[in-house]
Amino acid sequence: MSSTVIRSVSPAVTLESEASPLDSSLKRRLRRTTRRHRLRAFALTLPLLAFILLFFALPLVDMMARSFYDPRVANTLPETVAVLEDWEFEGLPPEAAYAAVTREILERQEDGSLGSLALQLNHEIAGARTLLLRTAKGLEETPSPAVGSSYQELLTSIHRQWGEQDFWSTLKIMGNSFTLRHYLAAFDQRYDANGEIVARPDYEQVHVMLFGRTLWASALIVVLTLLLGFPIAYHIANSPPKVGNLLLILVLLPFWTALLVRTAAWIVLLQQQGVLNDLLVALGLVADEARLRMMHNMTGTIVAMTHIMLPFMVLPLYSVMKSIPPVHMRAAASLGAPPFLAFIRVYLPQTKPGIAAGCILVFILCIGYYITPALVGGRTGQFISSFVAYHIQQSLNWGLAAALSGVILVTVLLLYTLYSRLFGGDSIRLG
Amino acid sequence: MSDQNSHYGLSYRAWRTFYRAFCVLVYVFLMLPILVIIPLSFNAQPYFTFTREMLTFQADGFSLRWYGELLSNPNWRLAIGNSIVIAFASTLLSVVLGTLAALGLSSPYMPFRKSVTSLVLLPLIVPLIVVAAGTYFFYSQIGLAQTLPGIIVAHTLLGTPFVVITVTATLSGFDRGLLRAAASLGATPVRTFFKVVMPLIAPGIFSGALFAFVISFDEPVIALFLAGFDQRTVPIQMWSGIREQLSPDILAAATLLIVLSVLLLLTAEALRRRSERLRGGQ
Repeated sequence: MSSTVIRSVSPAVTLESEASPLDSSLKRRLRRTTRRHRLRAFALTLPLLAFILLFFALPLVDMMARSFYDPRVANTLPETVAVLEDWEFEGLPPEAAYAAVTREILERQEDGSLGSLALQLNHEIAGARTLLLRTAKGLEETPSPAVGSSYQELLTSIHRQWGEQDFWSTLKIMGNSFTLRHYLAAFDQRYDANGEIVARPDYEQVHVMLFGRTLWASALIVVLTLLLGFPIAYHIANSPPKVGNLLLILVLLPFWTALLVRTAAWIVLLQQQGVLNDLLVALGLVADEARLRMMHNMTGTIVAMTHIMLPFMVLPLYSVMKSIPPVHMRAAASLGAPPFLAFIRVYLPQTKPGIAAGCILVFILCIGYYITPALVGGRTGQFISSFVAYHIQQSLNWGLAAALSGVILVTVLLLYTLYSRLFGGDSIRLG
Repeated sequence: MSDQNSHYGLSYRAWRTFYRAFCVLVYVFLMLPILVIIPLSFNAQPYFTFTREMLTFQADGFSLRWYGELLSNPNWRLAIGNSIVIAFASTLLSVVLGTLAALGLSSPYMPFRKSVTSLVLLPLIVPLIVVAAGTYFFYSQIGLAQTLPGIIVAHTLLGTPFVVITVTATLSGFDRGLLRAAASLGATPVRTFFKVVMPLIAPGIFSGALFAFVISFDEPVIALFLAGFDQRTVPIQMWSGIREQLSPDILAAATLLIVLSVLLLLTAEALRRRSERLRGGQ
């Protein structure tokens, strides 16, 4: 309120103030007050902004940087990497590279960082860990080649992979601190011995399939929640207020119940010795030895996720439907439209923002969902998120985990931007 | 409605019956997990399904043994204690940061309102697994991983947007003339806040706080990455309970959590109606 008053007054002040010193000081004071108000408003948001920048934005930026920039090989084998810079993937690298890597392996063995380097290389070259550790051991016995022999012969005699171009190519590629290799790995590609981008072998192909599965399963969950959610949102919105509020609680209670409680409940319901199978057996619909497998597969994930996501679909739909005046349908009926036609021509178009909000919200939430697929999905019902967790906690390939997270993040942000362009930013509201 | 429309004939009525039956089924689907888990938590046997004794309502089919085990298990007690500490601390932080920011964002003078709002709401949009990965990498570097403060900070990020949303909503009906009235009577901005603004936006602060509390108390993903053994929370304890040895004490914990969510939901609903009434009255 006050701002509009001040803004509408200020142009008038500007027009008249040129001549009189009194007016000009008034104008200055007004400007100063406005600036103070602006500063004060901004200062109130400052603690939260600083908090978010430090503990949220910075970690995400750091993670994205980690997916592009990986200086660890360059830092542990600086000389080798420098020598390899002039080598263009033609045949084997020069003797200088063999000499440098021999020296640096011994140094790293000394300062204890060889183990982490071995782990690193192992992410890209199967067996690199054994190779490095065995080389270090061999070099302890004979640290330099005999007279008339070369470093190349020494290393190749310890492990034949030192005589293979593949190994050196990978080492050179990993020596690049700025790299796309984590993103290539995220899409099941890699650099080959000649530095060209090629597909990984079949047995290593897993991420693209998981991205695809995550996307289609999320889309299926969106469709299911819409099919289940639309009727009940309509039902709740068009019930008398007292009934409607009670029914709304049926939607809100699962929404407020802990995620793990709901997931545990679905395990209890779906497992082979679980409640639903017992019921089916008791009713004679299913033989005791042919109990249905409804869990540890995609069925389990879809059922449990549909349940968990349903409130996120119903609530935006409900709030939009609540705002559609009932007179519209009555007007359509009085003009002779049968109920179905009136519904499709008059009611449905008005629910579009709710449908869009619900669908995009459910889809976005599904794409990064971790807990439920991990617990009820078994091997075939996992989402891509489980591989983020796997690379962070088990394979310790953090660069790849960061790249996978980066892909998820960019997908979600793109979808969200698209959505807010199309439908305006603040229609996503919870509760 | 159905009486008015009865002249549309049989097929319409058949459709209506079908539609109602469908809705009832969806409500059952929504409530089924909760309805199944509560009685099973009183199972006298270590099974995850209804025993014959339970179905025939014999007294010895039911017991409180899983509740006893829950409360005597040191891991569960550690987890409950941690969850309570983390949830209260992050709620407090969320309320302070979120309320201040909401006051700023609701001011008509606020510069860069749009960008600041989207930045503040960003933690709601970014998937939890991505937040978990990012915070795990970064907090490890600054010594916050495997500490309670680390989890508290991360949960505050998730809770604050809700406080900002609910407080901004209560402030949208706020008459800023009251601020000028208080100032003209000689009150300092701080005094004005506590005497004039605070009582009016209290319902918004409370419901935001409830959201923040529930979010933190139920949050498994970030906690799973940031917590070491000593920082395990209730969701982590349930997660490892489900993964490792499926024991019915999980159902007892789940039932207690359901009771907690019912209480919080009823409080939130009461607050929402109250503030709706207040705003409607003006």
